[in-house]
Amino acid sequence: MTATAPRTGARAPIYEGTRIPSPIPTVLKTSQDVLDTGDVLTVNFGPNHPSTHGVLRLIVDLYGEDVTGIEAVIGYLHTGFEKNMEQKTWWKCITYPERIDYVSFQNNEYVFVGAVEKLLGLEIPPKAVWMRTLLCELNRIHSHLVWLGTSALELGAISMFWYAFREREMILDLSELVTGYRMHTRYFQVGGLAEDIPRGFWPECRKFCDWMPHAIDDYETLLTRNKIWLERTEGLGLLSADDAIALGQSGPVLRASGVDWDIRRSEPYLAYHQVDFRVPVFPEGDVYARYRVHMQEMRESVRIVEQCLDRLENMEGEPWIADDRKVVLPPRHELHTSMESLIHHFKIVTEGFRVPEGEVYFAIESPRGELGCYICSDGGAKPWRVKFRAPSYVALQATATCMTDALIADMIAIVGSLDTVMGEVDR
Amino acid sequence: MSLAETPGLVATTGDAGETTLVVEPGDLIEAATYLRDEEGFNFLSDITAVDYLGWGTHGVSGYIGTAAGRDLNTPMTQGYQATPQPKPKRFAMNYHLLAIGPEPRRVRLQAWLDEGEAVPTVIPVWPTADWHEREAWDLMGVAIDGHPNLKRILLDDDWEGHPLRKDYPIGGEPVRFSGEE
Repeated sequence: MTATAPRTGARAPIYEGTRIPSPIPTVLKTSQDVLDTGDVLTVNFGPNHPSTHGVLRLIVDLYGEDVTGIEAVIGYLHTGFEKNMEQKTWWKCITYPERIDYVSFQNNEYVFVGAVEKLLGLEIPPKAVWMRTLLCELNRIHSHLVWLGTSALELGAISMFWYAFREREMILDLSELVTGYRMHTRYFQVGGLAEDIPRGFWPECRKFCDWMPHAIDDYETLLTRNKIWLERTEGLGLLSADDAIALGQSGPVLRASGVDWDIRRSEPYLAYHQVDFRVPVFPEGDVYARYRVHMQEMRESVRIVEQCLDRLENMEGEPWIADDRKVVLPPRHELHTSMESLIHHFKIVTEGFRVPEGEVYFAIESPRGELGCYICSDGGAKPWRVKFRAPSYVALQATATCMTDALIADMIAIVGSLDTVMGEVDR
Repeated sequence: MSLAETPGLVATTGDAGETTLVVEPGDLIEAATYLRDEEGFNFLSDITAVDYLGWGTHGVSGYIGTAAGRDLNTPMTQGYQATPQPKPKRFAMNYHLLAIGPEPRRVRLQAWLDEGEAVPTVIPVWPTADWHEREAWDLMGVAIDGHPNLKRILLDDDWEGHPLRKDYPIGGEPVRFSGEE
């Protein structure tokens, strides 16, 4: 399809050296000689602005149309998730992480559950491993669709928004079919899945996998060679590979800067070492490269979902949760016949299960990059400390570097391309 | 060249297959520079500050605030299977490092601090530390020496206290109702 073939060459080479501001790496300061002209206008962008999709405040120094200084101010959505989680038992905490990044809820849910399982040393049945992989990948498509729809909307391509949200709706329907909820599913339980997978899920998910590549073709027809889109994204928001690593960037932003790095491949978790997928890498480091990475990752995610389906369809009747009575709730039917099961059920529900003393850091590749969860346990039923390494929080730190030499009109395109979710930034 | 040669290394620990390098706070910059330049840990994933006040005492993670104000409150039941190992000091600063390259690996760099003790900034080693260190100051009250922009990041500038500390109770916030004097 020629309409979706990428344009090659003819782009400015990425800058030499470093552009990270000094001494404060996250604040771009207007130089004194520009200030001396007396023509610098300081504009407060946000915290409530339709284009921020959340509550982000940017303090921007303008010299004509040039952005000469920028500082991001965050914290307007801070709700104290980490403090709250210290007051809850381990198994009640699972509802919190998915609300931190409400767009990639399934991945957030997994990172916490995975960290607890790492500290417990718990073995997960294969059916749960494959289903978790499948849902995490569906969720990646969901997250990228929200990013694509809203980013394109801000740059004037409003039809893109409707198309992206049409497919997003399909994913949420699938989510509802399996878990009972569209978002914030709490379907991952320590030890496996909360419920068995309904049989009706397979044909519906197949239908989605057959449809989605065509939908992505449609998106690319709308955008990839679109003159306006190219003008608004190419060569903007440059970030070199060295600067990206120094600023801790991860995920699509890092891969769009030419660093071939994906935790799913380098430190495989779940079933990622058993599935075949490519990691898209683009060396240009601009907004267009980030767009291309997102599009290709969606295609790869569809392929992973199909491979998971192939495995899962042959696992009918297998257990979906580990058989560890100290951690996992006993099957419901046993409660009526077995005293031990009733005791285990009562102890887990009232006191919660205990996690051995220790501290672990567990990292996964969320749609936004390296999502890490640090947990510290004192051997009791509640976490001593929980900390999330939020990829959006780190991505926003690159704002000052990416906005070097940029125009005010490109600010939304550049900040949007970093793919931040404000709930995750402020936690 | 190995992790055991890290400057200022006090101990090497770790749970669940992870490696934790404990260094003195004064040697942190030297150790961080060594790990980045000689061991290839070019990527700082995260900085986590942990408060161990009351570690190993029953009920400490269950502080509840009272309407009267912010002081230490009635403990709740906690229930250990064994008393946890004592910690050397009150605060731990954890630097989660990652080596991006053909042989990826992770390590945790840890420094122990007492109340009021400062830790040097690692921004010159990893610029991404900027906001992480501001968060450690804001929520945990760990002073960062040499940080160029050390101010609150998630909370209001006039906020009192550091909420992730264990002696900062939840609840008990005074709420004003309309019609009240």
